[in-house]
Amino acid sequence: MRPAFSVIFLTTLIGAGQGLFVALYSAEFGAWLGVWAMPSEQYFSLGCVLVLALLGAGLLASFFHLGRPERAWRSAAMWRSSWLSREVIVLPVFMAAAAAFGLAHHLRGAGDLTLTLGGAGVALALLLFVCTGMIYACLPFLQEWHTPLTVINYLLLGCASGFLLGTTWAAAQAPALLVTAAAWTAGVTLAALVMRGAALARNARLRPKSTVQTAIGVKHPRIAQKAQGFMGGSFNTRDFFHGKSHAWLRLVKWGFLLLVFPLPLALLAAGSALASWPVLAAAFLLQYLGLLAERWFFFVQARHPQNLYYQAIS
Amino acid sequence: MSKQLALVIDLNVCVGCHACVTSCKEWNTSGEAGFLSDDNPYGRDPTGTFFNRVQTFEVGEFPNTQTVHFPKSCLHCEDPPCVPVCPTGASYKRAEDGIVLVDYDKCIGCKYCAWACPYGAREIDEHQKVMKKCTLCVDRIYDESLPPAERKPACVMACPTSARLFGDVHDPESVVSQAIRDSGGYALMPEWGTHPANHYLPRRKTEITLHRDELERVDNPLKIDGLLPKPDVRAPSLDDSTSW
Ligand code: SF4
Ligand code: SF4
Repeated sequence: MRPAFSVIFLTTLIGAGQGLFVALYSAEFGAWLGVWAMPSEQYFSLGCVLVLALLGAGLLASFFHLGRPERAWRSAAMWRSSWLSREVIVLPVFMAAAAAFGLAHHLRGAGDLTLTLGGAGVALALLLFVCTGMIYACLPFLQEWHTPLTVINYLLLGCASGFLLGTTWAAAQAPALLVTAAAWTAGVTLAALVMRGAALARNARLRPKSTVQTAIGVKHPRIAQKAQGFMGGSFNTRDFFHGKSHAWLRLVKWGFLLLVFPLPLALLAAGSALASWPVLAAAFLLQYLGLLAERWFFFVQARHPQNLYYQAIS
Repeated sequence: MSKQLALVIDLNVCVGCHACVTSCKEWNTSGEAGFLSDDNPYGRDPTGTFFNRVQTFEVGEFPNTQTVHFPKSCLHCEDPPCVPVCPTGASYKRAEDGIVLVDYDKCIGCKYCAWACPYGAREIDEHQKVMKKCTLCVDRIYDESLPPAERKPACVMACPTSARLFGDVHDPESVVSQAIRDSGGYALMPEWGTHPANHYLPRRKTEITLHRDELERVDNPLKIDGLLPKPDVRAPSLDDSTSW
């Protein structure tokens, strides 16, 4: 598949936003349980502004994917069957919950209300991860995507990114929380590494179910396309081929593995040891770059069976 | 059982002339639903939106090869994966005749349905920014102002070798169902469970079987046919003037 940049930005930005919200709520929940001291109200209310900014930016990016953005409201119609439709509904509802949570902290301070609102927000954030992941995982013939690992990785990578941002935010706003937040971030990031590695290993061994034989229904083992029916390009030759070399793909793969996991983890350790939010912010930005590459690779790795019909121009 | 209109394409007959492609484009770019965009039609890299393409495959190894011309359009799947994914409901399958259609007024051009079609049958219109695909000429086949014989998709009308059959595959007596039954009709990529309504008839060996009764008219109704003349070997075989 050809990577759709608007979708790459959408999924990485909202993933970080959702993860950050889960991190904020974990901070409140732990304090409520008495595990650590309650961070300042600003940690939550301004944190929610950050969450909303990330989600808003993601939402904005998603509009660039549409041919007819002015009709975007229509996309909420088919929630009974379409994961895309479900995502379109859950995203603004989650944004509303995050806004309410932040506002409640700002106006009333931590209490039962924020605990309830935040709990609902976390449930919605998790649901949103499922919706986003299922958009890809529900297509059976995109075999690279058709696995629970897709949903798990959207969840874990989004949480890793959001928790890292949450740790940065803690370093600036709630230093008492820093070490715990850093430990949680490291845990989530390592879990994401395991699952993303599992997905890579799975996809490396995948054998395509469709072949040119099943595509045209001729059983002979040697079939070569001689003409695809036109000389110039078409939607089918543009949107389903990435046109990058194998070497470039390998480079991006190792690049994102490095940028998403070991480098930010090293910076995370350094940043929390020094209690320096700029170092942690650098870790977040570096990892975000890596996540862009990860999503790019996610698209490029998927081999669409329609490509079997477009193997030779003429 | 409900109706399921479909095409059956005979690969044994298709000569790859692209008449169906041009006829489809001509009909569907002139319809009520608006034009099918083209860019650089006379330039270096012409590109455009088509509902139907004819591709060519070579099967086997030289010199034992066969050329297979393969027309490809939306197969109007009985279980179309492109429909449930559409967030707007613009993509739908008609209950009354099984045609899969896109409502161009609802489509937001998100391309999700094109990702969800394993056959690459959908193409986005680069200027109207909505998804397009074969409609089985839904604006022709029910048009009462056309003579009944012409209420067929434009591609079927155009095919010079009658490689394209059109009809209801749920009606066991229809020409398409008979062709599927009698000539080994098959579906593309059956592995995905899409149950395409369109079927293809395979290439076959063309043989002539001659029976004795076809060489001599044994049923000779008027008893006029006699035995073939069998002259003696010594009898002159040339005419009188030269055989002296
Ligand atoms: S061929 Fe593709 S576009 Fe047509 S009904 Fe089947 S899945 Fe949908
Ligand atoms: S491109 Fe149009 S028809 Fe296709 S899924 Fe999106 S809204 Fe539906």
